[in-house]
Amino acid sequence: MSTMLKTENIAFFYPAREGEEARLALNGVTLAIERGSFVVVLGHNGSGKSTLAKTFNAVLLPTGGTVYVDGMDTADEQLLLEIRRRVGMVFQNPDNQIVANVVEEDVAFAPENLGVPTEEIRRRVDDALAAVGMAKYVRHAPHLLSGGQKQRIAIAGVLAMQPDCIVLDEATAMLDPIGRREVLAAIETLHRDKGITVILITHHMNEAEHADRVLVLNDGKLAMDGTPREVFSRADELGAIGLAVPDTVALLRALREGGLDVATDAVTVEACSEEIARALAH
Amino acid sequence: MLKDITLGQFFPGNTLAHRLDPRTKLLVTVLYIVALFSARSLWGYALLALVLAISVRVSRVKLRSLLRGLKPVLFIIAFTAILNLFYTPGRTLVSFWTLRITYEGMRTAVTMMLRIMLLIMGTFLLTYTTSPIRLTDGMESLLSPLKRIKLPVHELAMMMSISLRFIPTLIEETDKIMSAQKARGADFESGNLFHRAKALIPMLVPLFISAFRRADELATAMECRCYHGGEGRTKLNVLRYEARDYLVLAFFLALAVGIVASEKLGVPARLSALLV
Ligand SMILES: Nc1ncnc2c1ncn2[C@@H]1O[C@H](COP(=O)(O)OP(=O)(O)OP(=O)(O)O)[C@@H](O)[C@H]1O
Ligand SMILES: [Mg+2]
Repeated sequence: MSTMLKTENIAFFYPAREGEEARLALNGVTLAIERGSFVVVLGHNGSGKSTLAKTFNAVLLPTGGTVYVDGMDTADEQLLLEIRRRVGMVFQNPDNQIVANVVEEDVAFAPENLGVPTEEIRRRVDDALAAVGMAKYVRHAPHLLSGGQKQRIAIAGVLAMQPDCIVLDEATAMLDPIGRREVLAAIETLHRDKGITVILITHHMNEAEHADRVLVLNDGKLAMDGTPREVFSRADELGAIGLAVPDTVALLRALREGGLDVATDAVTVEACSEEIARALAH
Repeated sequence: MLKDITLGQFFPGNTLAHRLDPRTKLLVTVLYIVALFSARSLWGYALLALVLAISVRVSRVKLRSLLRGLKPVLFIIAFTAILNLFYTPGRTLVSFWTLRITYEGMRTAVTMMLRIMLLIMGTFLLTYTTSPIRLTDGMESLLSPLKRIKLPVHELAMMMSISLRFIPTLIEETDKIMSAQKARGADFESGNLFHRAKALIPMLVPLFISAFRRADELATAMECRCYHGGEGRTKLNVLRYEARDYLVLAFFLALAVGIVASEKLGVPARLSALLV
């Protein structure tokens, strides 16, 4: 597998604002993300997740160190559009990333910016909407849709660029459970069927269960890096940096403390129930 | 309560009025306004009112929604009419106390009212039958020659379409903030004008703060989707003139030229003389 994204010892410095002191939001992050992987990024508020995400498509340029997208240096202005096309970004508030007041026009926004020919834009818009299950809303007004639907429109808007990688910065944080499930299902489909690299930033530990890999940020540094099983088996360390484990792991730990002999590294609900059944059968 | 603002409202449909190219409709509206401002005689106004009536009929827009658009300007219409009624010098029709209504005043008041009403209903018909996106596309395309004199036409069109996009969002938010402030005992309805204006401040401040945050996030989101100005941009829906556009344009051009010329030549006066 090739490397999709690589950061080399990056730092990011926000200059002082009124009433605040200057902040080093990223402090020496080095990581490489494989093409086609599903990576979840965790970290408490202000740990630098959003800042890191924004360096991935050159919205922010690191103050120190280098970021490479598919081998292209994000500091190279000539490559700016190509880098942004390859790494799409979806944000938290759906209302603040929808540009047009008709769904199809909004999804067409990126390809229009890229100068894609009209017939090709039409095809991409239809494909992107179908891929997130919103094909029948082509001519709807986005402000009349539910939060989950709006967020899927936002994902379609990014898909229309035909990106290799999609970064979702707390894209489910403002949604109700139904909306969250819709959006996660859409993302999983894209990852599975189109082989798109997914970087999912979240506060919901349960969303990490789908990941190949979990990164934990703490105060601008990479604190942990491993599979969900590895990371969540270090519950005490996570607790020390203000993070909880998923409900499944928490349950297994409680059972273990209560005397049941279970392993505490089953993250998905199925694995968890199997583990409990196995322990009970003994 | 804010839901019933009709500003820039669009009633989707599939009539000739809806299908016309937005540029045609914009040009037609301009021609109509030119005709409206050159007309002096009641004949001219009658003709223009007839044309508007036919357009409304074709568009299947309900007359009621069109008249509703007049409500906010009713005061201005009434004010100009009354001013004209009493302060135009000429032959006295009736007089009482210090006020005097003249024949000319009557005439100007009526034509003034007709002019403003037709003007507003005409432009509302444009926005009622044209989606905001097509409207801004049309404007951008019509004004694009001005790019050569460095006028930021694309940027203006983009600003306009984004404003239109955010109107419902901001209205919803205003409603929410108002409810929140009311729940804390704020009173927007009683007191004199000054009190009510003052009560609006705790509503406007959060609204502005949130609007700025939205603008910031939207700018980032647009950048992430490769927005870099109008240069090299293509379009999903490309505007194209059809035969019907040329026909409608020709008709309205004839109408405007006809009215301007006939008023210059005094045709309506002769027409009236002929009838009397
Ligand atoms: N525009 C800015 N100007 C100054 N400081 C900022 C700015 N944006 C973020 N910061 C600071 O940088 C640090 C990292 O912020 P960042 O938004 O990357 O964190 P985060 O992990 O995404 O947090 P959250 O979970 O709340 O979204 C924080 O301490 C924050 O206060
Ligand atoms: Mg963040």
